[in-house]
Amino acid sequence: MTDRETQTAPAGADRRVPDVAWRNEGLIFERSRPGRIGVTVADSGVDERPLDELLPAGLVRDEIEGMPEVSEVDVMRHFTRISRKNYALDLGLYPLGSCTMKYNPRINEDMARLPGLAGSHPLQPASTVQGNLALFWALEKALIELTGLARVSLHPAAGAHGEFAGILMARAAVDARGENRKYVLIPDSAHGTNPASAHFAGFEVQELLSNERGTLDLGDLERAMTEDVAALMLTVPNTLGVFEDHIREIAEIVHGKGGFLYCDGANFNAFVGKARPGDMGVDVLHMNLHKTFTTPHGGGGPGAGPVGVAPELVPFLPVPTVEKDENGFYLSHDRPQSIGRIRSFHGQFGMLVRALSYIMAMGPEGLKRVAEYAVLNANYIRKGLEPHYHLPYDAPSMHEVVFSDKLQHDLGVSTMDIAKRLMDYGFHPPTVYFPLIVSGALMIEPTETAGKEELDHFIEAMVAIAKEAEEDPELVKGAPYTTPVRRCDEAQAARKPVLRWRPEGEEE
Amino acid sequence: MAKNDSSKGPDGLTHRLLSTGALDLQEMLEAIGVDSVDRLFECLGDLALDRPFDLPGPLSDGELREYFQRLDAMNRVPGRDMVSFLGAGAYRHDVPSAVDHLLLRGEFLTVYTPYQPEVTQGTLQAIFEFQTLVSLLTGLDVANASLYEGASAFTEAVLMADRIQKKRKKVVVSRTIHPQYRAVLRSYAKNLDLEIVEIGWDARGATDAEALAAAVDEETICVAVQSPNYFGVVEGWQTAAEVAHEHGALSIAVVAEALSLALLESPGAAGCDIAVGEGQSFGLPLSFGGPYLGFLATRDKHKRAMPGRLAGQTVDSEGERAWVLTLSTREQHIRREKATSNICTNQALCALGATIYLSLYGKRGLRRLAEVNLQRAAALRRRLVETDGLSAAFDGPVFNELTVRSAEPVARVLRDLEEAGVLAGVPLGPDYPELEDCFLMAVTEANPPADVDRLLRALEERTHHQEPAAV
Repeated sequence: MTDRETQTAPAGADRRVPDVAWRNEGLIFERSRPGRIGVTVADSGVDERPLDELLPAGLVRDEIEGMPEVSEVDVMRHFTRISRKNYALDLGLYPLGSCTMKYNPRINEDMARLPGLAGSHPLQPASTVQGNLALFWALEKALIELTGLARVSLHPAAGAHGEFAGILMARAAVDARGENRKYVLIPDSAHGTNPASAHFAGFEVQELLSNERGTLDLGDLERAMTEDVAALMLTVPNTLGVFEDHIREIAEIVHGKGGFLYCDGANFNAFVGKARPGDMGVDVLHMNLHKTFTTPHGGGGPGAGPVGVAPELVPFLPVPTVEKDENGFYLSHDRPQSIGRIRSFHGQFGMLVRALSYIMAMGPEGLKRVAEYAVLNANYIRKGLEPHYHLPYDAPSMHEVVFSDKLQHDLGVSTMDIAKRLMDYGFHPPTVYFPLIVSGALMIEPTETAGKEELDHFIEAMVAIAKEAEEDPELVKGAPYTTPVRRCDEAQAARKPVLRWRPEGEEE
Repeated sequence: MAKNDSSKGPDGLTHRLLSTGALDLQEMLEAIGVDSVDRLFECLGDLALDRPFDLPGPLSDGELREYFQRLDAMNRVPGRDMVSFLGAGAYRHDVPSAVDHLLLRGEFLTVYTPYQPEVTQGTLQAIFEFQTLVSLLTGLDVANASLYEGASAFTEAVLMADRIQKKRKKVVVSRTIHPQYRAVLRSYAKNLDLEIVEIGWDARGATDAEALAAAVDEETICVAVQSPNYFGVVEGWQTAAEVAHEHGALSIAVVAEALSLALLESPGAAGCDIAVGEGQSFGLPLSFGGPYLGFLATRDKHKRAMPGRLAGQTVDSEGERAWVLTLSTREQHIRREKATSNICTNQALCALGATIYLSLYGKRGLRRLAEVNLQRAAALRRRLVETDGLSAAFDGPVFNELTVRSAEPVARVLRDLEEAGVLAGVPLGPDYPELEDCFLMAVTEANPPADVDRLLRALEERTHHQEPAAV
């Protein structure tokens, strides 16, 4: 018997048939059988000419060896089978800190698929897409109201893209003043995208150390904030789930030296509908619609990262923007100081439809409750786990709580082991080893859509694992046992990368 | 208030998208040891907004449908309300129903980035299959897990070339590359000390080979050419690749109509080092421009310079085949400001859609589909002689799109046709002043020959209407 069976299988499990087809689904290429096809291609309906009359011979390729040949039912079964190897939010709690894995309402999916929306071409004349432009307008208005900022660009394709657009606007604004500011300040608790975005906007990054509360030290900030600094990039609440309670003073210090306060809105879910970044002195904010506004994560995108700005940065917004005159809505490129275009067309339209649908489904009081229950749920988990896991920063938690593996580490059990063991208990693990300022971090964000009984089960599982770590550390270290595959060898994947399937006989 | 308004607090019903009922709230507050939720927000102090937010809702599903159907009805869209020949980087193709049914499975839709491989093998395997399909289509060794869309992907390809070349400064790009792709490159390049040199076109509508050869030198990072190019002309990449390599520069192949890869010489076979482009044609709806699907492929030796996520094959602790995200030391969450890109997400669900679409069409279907597009565009080109005033602007070969020259002002022709229910094309004037008498027409398998009949009829009726005025 393998470990997996001894650890988890109930009595009689040896009667299980080992090679059930759907559990062993190979690659689509391995299913391929010559002569199969999964579609009917319509006739051209025109007088067809020989290929060599239409294209120079050297520019036509042969059929592509290795492309799959499968029927429609083959395709349906293949992808349905592999889908069952995923743990999904629809199955249960997905407490990834900073990722805001909350329920994705299905009405949003239906609205994004309405034929007049999904079927519209991005280069249609404005007169034929007034519905789309009205939708942009309504969403921008809603996000302006929620953020307290002057305008919001709906273009960015994702959070990091919104960040980049935001920091480019700060850059354009200081350049327009004729200043040559070289630096951006970023706390050590920040998401990795912050320094990367600042770098690609041509800035050098200066890191600020967090204090014992996990927040910014005002004295440190005052010393670092010089007239060479274009912006401070701050996450509110920060990645420890702690609110920067001196945010107004922080804004004053930054503004006092002519800099901009950038807010990473990845954690907007903690205070959406309660308070507004614009009122705190924030000049730029990106929002992740796939976090706070429930567009599905889809296994890593598509996201959407609208970016809002204070009045001083409005001239620098990316083009085009949506405007309105007596003839209706139109797309405007008339923005001489704009940072320019940051992607093709007009943003992740389908995701914008979903976000507006969600905002209207919730309403103002509902959104306020979103933040309240997100914070309630995180604090409930904190209370339940505090006796069993080390809490490196004990400042009040908002929407997420960060524990560490300090208590388990001496027993030889690491954060990764705890994460993997949680899978056996039927949960997706929390975010691990982030933020970087906590050694062995376990960052837990339950979100508001989790019910109490789910939180209770999660707490019970975490407590049980803490106990297992004490009594039988090897059990935890060998986890997971019940997942479609056991612990994966990530080191080997990186050492000898195999990044694609190859047809038989073809050389690597 | 009849609605299940959560503002009623502990005594009312909770909102349908929340799971905390009044009893739960009470028990949880007790467990935490506070008397109200407000206590958990004391950190906000006087930052809490002291007035209700001015937002619509809460709405039921039925009310939402009513609202969005109203917006839907304000649009006049290709296929439903209009005959359309719009392309220019976004193409209307038939999408098999199976694609969307699979994408709507919660197991795919509601999954996070597969950082925990043991519980996300489905998504990882699909990414690995996507990478393989892109490698096969581009004729290159490796592809990443996808990027946002064509324009930013193109820019990422240039930045990647810049990383590989280190000390060089010049980027040579053809003006026949999609104008929006070049605009995005300019936005990114502004702060990065890159010199962008743009090359014009010849009578065929292809990149001017002489000017290109003259512009490339030992300072050149890369040479980028699109085929089929923005004018629809199939120019191939080989000449540009050879010029680039003579000077130690990299060659970038840009593809805005991915379906062409099924029929035309691959970037890999033409000698290109990087292929990049837009994959929307592979099963994604037009959706007013997004979300779409950027792809990027390269040669094995450059794989560590690639931006974006990568899935790789490995084994689990029992030796079973498994997939994981790999080479992540290139990425921002590890390398921070030294990362190969600031990109965090990919377009996983769009890439999955493309993977399903490509599997359905497969080896034979995709090829045949590309041929149907080619034949229909060729037929359209032949039929232009039946028109009074429209002609092909360039004599180079085309795939499924062509540049049409109009004897009358383009804006007026397009507007008249729009009124007759035909979106005839995308004007070139705004991006190319020297081509203000031209517009782009695309024709795909979603344009049956009856669409062309309708266009020609509308043109004819328009001429008749105008005749009395001309007398």
